[in-house]
Amino acid sequence: MSEAAGTVNIKLNGKPNEIKAGMTVTDLLIKWRMRPELVTVEINENILQKLDYDTTQIKDGDKVEFIFYMGGGSGTERL
Amino acid sequence: MKIPKKVHDQILQHAKEGYPNEACGILAGPSADSAAYFFPMTNMDRSSISYFMDPREQLRVFKKIREMNIQMTGIFHSHVASEAVPSQKDVKLAFYPEVSYLIASLSNMEKPVLRSFKIGEKGVTEEEIIVQEGI
Repeated sequence: MSEAAGTVNIKLNGKPNEIKAGMTVTDLLIKWRMRPELVTVEINENILQKLDYDTTQIKDGDKVEFIFYMGGGSGTERL
Repeated sequence: MKIPKKVHDQILQHAKEGYPNEACGILAGPSADSAAYFFPMTNMDRSSISYFMDPREQLRVFKKIREMNIQMTGIFHSHVASEAVPSQKDVKLAFYPEVSYLIASLSNMEKPVLRSFKIGEKGVTEEEIIVQEGI
């Protein structure tokens, strides 16, 4: 971790990424303009509950996966 | 979008096996215009008018695609009784503008139709599907 610089190094969807230290999952979603209800977040192979996004801080070395909802269909439910 | 005949057939077979519910899957290839691999997915909705992929399955396939050093190039689902065109819901829930959205219509089960679209901020654009015979 580059504590002096206030950053942590993570893997985001398999690629190295540097973010500000202390960021929560919610902070990251805001930064990347992702709506929490439309994504699934996994950290170190564990899928997070959406209720935990606000309180889960991203740590140095974390492997973070963000995926978007994949759905749709011919009907109109779920809109 | 270039699709090997074998993959094209796998897609339609998966759609038929899912009937009367909608079926879904993910396509990947070495370049953005290639759907050389098909990953059949589970429709969690088990519905004839909607699909929703299991996020755990999605994560597993995304990692597999990375391991194979290829890229996701398409998202597939079937419409069992309507045309192979994106519905309002398909457009609203299209969050991957860089990939193609492939839709199969099973309204004529004997002659299913597969079409491909890009769905982005500029709207919906159909793209040609080139079925590569003998591959």
